Amino acid sequence: MYVAVKGGERAIDAAHAWLAEERRGDPSVPELTVAQIREQMALAVNRVMAEGSLYDPDLAALAIKQARGDLIEAVFLIRAYRTTLPRFGASRPVDTAAMAVDRRVSATFKDLPGGQVLGPTFDYTHRLLDFALAAEGTPQPAPMAPAPDEPVPHVTGLLDRDGLIEQQPADDTPAPDLTRQPLELPASRALRLQALARADEGFTLSLAYSTQRGYGRTHAFVGELRIGRVAVEVELPELGFAVEIGEVELTECDTVNQFKGSKSEPPQFTRGYGLVMGQSERKAISMSLVDRALRWQELGEDFTGAPAQDEEFVLSHCDNIQATGFLEHIKLPHYVDFQAELELVRRMRREAVQMQEAAE
Amino acid sequence: MSQSSQPETTARREWISALAKAPPGRLAALLPDLPAHEMLRAPEIGTVMVQGRIGGTGVPFNLGEMTVTRCSVRLSEGAVGHACVQGRDKAHAARAAVADALMQTGAAPQIATQVLAPLRAAAARARATRAAKAAATRVEFFTMLRGEDA
Repeated sequence: MYVAVKGGERAIDAAHAWLAEERRGDPSVPELTVAQIREQMALAVNRVMAEGSLYDPDLAALAIKQARGDLIEAVFLIRAYRTTLPRFGASRPVDTAAMAVDRRVSATFKDLPGGQVLGPTFDYTHRLLDFALAAEGTPQPAPMAPAPDEPVPHVTGLLDRDGLIEQQPADDTPAPDLTRQPLELPASRALRLQALARADEGFTLSLAYSTQRGYGRTHAFVGELRIGRVAVEVELPELGFAVEIGEVELTECDTVNQFKGSKSEPPQFTRGYGLVMGQSERKAISMSLVDRALRWQELGEDFTGAPAQDEEFVLSHCDNIQATGFLEHIKLPHYVDFQAELELVRRMRREAVQMQEAAE
Repeated sequence: MSQSSQPETTARREWISALAKAPPGRLAALLPDLPAHEMLRAPEIGTVMVQGRIGGTGVPFNLGEMTVTRCSVRLSEGAVGHACVQGRDKAHAARAAVADALMQTGAAPQIATQVLAPLRAAAARARATRAAKAAATRVEFFTMLRGEDA
């Protein structure tokens, strides 16, 4: 057995050396820098930060380079790095109403204070490959216009004035943290949102899509989608007051849903909420649909058996690092396990043949 | 902060914030030489858990962490400076802590005009540029003539 281990080591070293070479690719092609990935693959960087649950564009870009562009592998690297860092504390909850918005659209109201701001969106592009990008070049500078100095209030506040939408009153219940305590069910909405904020985008998208197709239907409209920067304010114990220590880019989605009312609530609109690190509106919209579907019990709706309504199903399977860790471990040596299975199958076959012979 | 009045706290909060949000290279260019200082807490990299509120206004929840670097220094003349900056740049945290300490000494007016003012102006310009680009993508709806009005 010892000999096999030594042989394994040599093979592993050679495999890793080849991996490094393959990662670099053709050496006659210039090497990517971390800064190039950070600046030009920004949405991949955003996804790695969101699912890695660590906001640091340089680290996410490095992880993407190391992972050869495999984003789940990059998320894995970020999650592993995060565990090596001490946590100094928690920020004050960010104020998304004060966001410096790059983009802000509403599908429910045309005219609203602050306006419909498209921002740097893929929407309305023709989704035709642009071969001009195959050549290098500097784009034309984006047009600028005088920015109105007016607040950009949340759209849901407009409905709130008439009492037509459920309120989310401020509350200072300490936020539960699934990175510190094992997940226990039933989970609070705050804990579900933490899990969804770092959940796999593809899984969240598919679940959200399933609710639109009728598996836990919630009739969602995008009340508001906004992308921009918010200040992060942290209480520094040595100072005794809170200070803005930086800014993060976030995507926020508030969906509005029909609600026929319950014993205690009159008919009104209800809400789903999505908040994701970086620019990731597909994920933010998906998150708010899944959040809303998971609220069936709180809102007195029927459980139709839809996957998106099933808290245990959603929360146990939404994390791509847990999922890939368990999935991929089956490719690692299971020689002893398999030897036992082999022994069992041989014995069962022997017994089956003997029974057959006895019957004849 | 028992002995400090509210305006002093506000002023210090603002300069600590400006130093924390400064691009590290820009801060180093504006404040290249640091006076003698001892490290009370050497630059240390860690995280802060960023929180959001459900629906933007409701119950807090944990969104995810961000990297930060903190540092505390004491100048030879006794002033103590603190910093907590976004990211993992130890030199940035140390320089920001020294600048916070200097702002509590006779050097304050010089730091305010030569370091803080350019940082604030650059931050305001960057913010205004993004806001102007966003404003150019604002949709100006107009109502087409409706059939029944014709």
